[in-house]
Amino acid sequence: MLSVRHLSISFTMYDVGLRRKDLMVISDLSLSIEAGEIAAVVGASGSGKSLLAHAVLGILPRNATARGELMFKNEPLTPTRQAALRGREIALIPQSVSFLDPLMRVGAQARRAAQLGGHGSAAAEAQRRAFARYGLASAVERLYPFQVSGGMARRVLTALATVGRADLIIADEPTPGLHPAAVAETLGHLRELADQGRAVMLITHDLEAALEVADKIAVFYAGNTVEVANRADFTSRGAAGLRHPYTRALLCALPQNEFVAVPGAQPPADALPPGCLYAPRCQWATAECRAARPTLRPLTNGYVRCVHAEVLVGRPACNYPSTTRSHTQVSRC
Amino acid sequence: MRWIVFLARKLARLIVLLAAVSVIAFTLVSLSPIDPIDAYIGADMLSIGLEQRAQIAARWGLDQPAPVRFLNWLEQLAQGNLGFSRVYNQPVSQAIGYRFATSLALMGVAWTVSGLLGFMLGVVAGAAEGSWFDQAIRLYAYTLASTPLFWMGLLLLTVFAVWLKMAPFCCAAPVGMLPEDVTLWQRLQHLALPAATLSIIGIANMALHTRQKMLDVMHSDYVLMARAMGESPWGVIRQHALRNVALPAVTLQFASLGELFGGAVLAEQVFSYPGLGQATILAGLQGDVPLLLGIVLFSTVFVFSGNTLADLIYQIVDPRIRLAEG
Amino acid sequence: MELTDSLSTPAAINQPVAHGRVRRAPLISRRSQALLTIVLCLILIAAVLAGAWLIGDAGLKTSLGERNLAPHWQHPFGTDWLGRDMLTRTLHGLTLSMRLGLAAAAVSALIAAVLGTLSATFGGKVDLVITWTIDLFYSLPHLVVMILIAFVVGGGVNGVMVSLVLTHWAGLARVIRAEVLQVRQSDYVQLSLRMGRTPWWIAHHHLPSHVLPQFLVGLILLFPHAILHEAGLSFIGIGLSPNTPAIGIILAESMRYLSAGYWWLAVMPGLALLTMVKLFDILGGQVRDLIDPRTAQE
Repeated sequence: MLSVRHLSISFTMYDVGLRRKDLMVISDLSLSIEAGEIAAVVGASGSGKSLLAHAVLGILPRNATARGELMFKNEPLTPTRQAALRGREIALIPQSVSFLDPLMRVGAQARRAAQLGGHGSAAAEAQRRAFARYGLASAVERLYPFQVSGGMARRVLTALATVGRADLIIADEPTPGLHPAAVAETLGHLRELADQGRAVMLITHDLEAALEVADKIAVFYAGNTVEVANRADFTSRGAAGLRHPYTRALLCALPQNEFVAVPGAQPPADALPPGCLYAPRCQWATAECRAARPTLRPLTNGYVRCVHAEVLVGRPACNYPSTTRSHTQVSRC
Repeated sequence: MRWIVFLARKLARLIVLLAAVSVIAFTLVSLSPIDPIDAYIGADMLSIGLEQRAQIAARWGLDQPAPVRFLNWLEQLAQGNLGFSRVYNQPVSQAIGYRFATSLALMGVAWTVSGLLGFMLGVVAGAAEGSWFDQAIRLYAYTLASTPLFWMGLLLLTVFAVWLKMAPFCCAAPVGMLPEDVTLWQRLQHLALPAATLSIIGIANMALHTRQKMLDVMHSDYVLMARAMGESPWGVIRQHALRNVALPAVTLQFASLGELFGGAVLAEQVFSYPGLGQATILAGLQGDVPLLLGIVLFSTVFVFSGNTLADLIYQIVDPRIRLAEG
Repeated sequence: MELTDSLSTPAAINQPVAHGRVRRAPLISRRSQALLTIVLCLILIAAVLAGAWLIGDAGLKTSLGERNLAPHWQHPFGTDWLGRDMLTRTLHGLTLSMRLGLAAAAVSALIAAVLGTLSATFGGKVDLVITWTIDLFYSLPHLVVMILIAFVVGGGVNGVMVSLVLTHWAGLARVIRAEVLQVRQSDYVQLSLRMGRTPWWIAHHHLPSHVLPQFLVGLILLFPHAILHEAGLSFIGIGLSPNTPAIGIILAESMRYLSAGYWWLAVMPGLALLTMVKLFDILGGQVRDLIDPRTAQE
């Protein structure tokens, strides 16, 4: 349903002295999502993943330049088309209630979303149905955003996005700060939506959350997609199906696994290495890696951006990898 | 119940404020190189007999030490007696009342016009950030913010009264006419230029503030979300921006009464408009202590009311404050 | 974001197309712009002062043969009813207003700094009293209080100075108090205290870098206010004696001749005052942009 190819987003910023620089926050991101599928985009916090959502919706800030190709239902996604489809066929579940008008009751905002989503005069009815679907009492309609929090806030935001008949739902960081029960509930809603035939893009830094519901996982590092894997690759024996060193390291870093972090940090957008972006931290890096940036290529039913992927696939990623969430941990990357 | 507490607290504040102001003002005046007896009675009243002078002096305790005088003054105040104005030859309360009514017309018009127009300009400028319109409004507002109000008055006077002869040269009504005979239209005519002066500068301030708030709103998360929901730019403004900008704008308007009053003083001077502003100047220049003190107290109440109303509006309209205990 | 369809060539894919309005980069960075503007403002201000000094008092002499002349080559600002050159009078007036305004603003700022720091440092009763006083001043209309104070002091230069000083400190005091409070409650100060440093050492080390920028900006921005208020007071007639060429007085006198059509008597000096005030405003704004750590990185 949605096809993103070679998307790159850069910002024009002002540097010290007389220089103006272009900060490339996303470079060469490719992803496709089919109906009924949940595709997760997993990457570190602050790595610009929300920009992907904004790019698809067409609401990037003014100083952002986007290049690449976006296709929705096999038709190009032009700005005009984006303006027409926003809120109707493509909907956003935002990060928090700070994305709601603080002076407007949530019910009224949901009704407005319904109106914009194409329900017209039946907006009130649609809103009530959406609220009921997510277990929100009618009293919630009259609450203001600052009065809803935690799990209820999540449900309100989800209801807002689904009150229309959107075929593509983008969930931007739906799990930060929630306790496990609420996380499970939220993810469950997303699964439900996918099962109804919609496409869901789940943007998150929480790998475990992604693994609970996603069918496909695009791993994001320093603005690049480094791997597009399937859930099976993670859950298979030893997680041997994983292709990219970073993905493997990510999985192994989880508390229930080795809980070992890879030394170093993501390169900042204005100081990217010339070759493979992960090379400085990679234990398998060779001169070839540092020379030129690898391209994303298909490999065993997925995609990878690594020269040595063939060598890695088939080897266990780490000892006794588990993808189930441990009880005590809070997800981090 | 909350409102009663709120109002009671504000009232208490006002009383304390007035008390402080009166103490300070009174102290200042008694420290001044002006003979209180002269100030209160004035050279014009030399004609009254010595006994009457002594009577007045006794009533106001003018030959007593300052603290006693102060208490006497407070006592008179409590009875509603603010003293006698030498400048206008009438009781201070009457002088203030009449002049305030005149000023009120002027300030009311300027306040309303600058509020409405300033708001509209600010909203448009903020919504159309970077456009030529926004730049024009910014230029206008920034320039006017540094413009001396009385000079602007002189400019308007020159252009409209002298060159174009479109407006009267001074005062609140045609000179020589009895107050009863002055028509509303004539009043408005005389009001126009001073009100325009006040408004032009008031609009600039309001527009600047509103524009800034508008920019904050337009760059906020919820506006982004609104666009993601499919709102058109106009839809965003109507459904979200206006509501969020109106609140700070209105409170600003109410809190700007102090500025308004100061501006009125200057405007009235330029156009010889006989309002409270001009009364203040005359009181200061001619050493009319009772009138000056009276005006100081009155303007304190006036400005305080404005600030309180601003506060009140915020309490009532912003649900985050109104429902805070919910 | 413009979209190329799937059949487009790789070259076309890489065409950058702006979304909405892309901010055009200025030729020089914001920082350089700010510096340039500051230097320009200072030069212009110095020029006015130098100009007043250079032009001397020659123009102030009455010259009855040249009365009421509209602006022309010899007298760019025209002449007044006594034949005095308006340009000279304006320049002198500006200098006078500036001196008064600057002096008053400086003293006011100093009071604000002291009271603000004391209030935040000692807290408790001291803080209560000072905050309450600040609120008191916010509830009074400036001009009325200034008239009262000027009257009490007996008018003249002293009256103007004292009234200016006493009415302009409140705003800056509030700002400085907030800054000092912030520093005081910050983690690194708490740490310093715990590590055994004395409050004096902390104040010595941490306060200036935080408070100084705000103080400087506040000070610069006080000038235009003070200058305008001084002009206002002079205009009203409460303040300097009618013979001193202060802008306010020049403007007040010009009122008498407006109906005769001698517009330059009011327009030119006012324009000069406006420019002066604007220069200080811009100066203050640019200094703030440069110094304020929050906006300095933009």
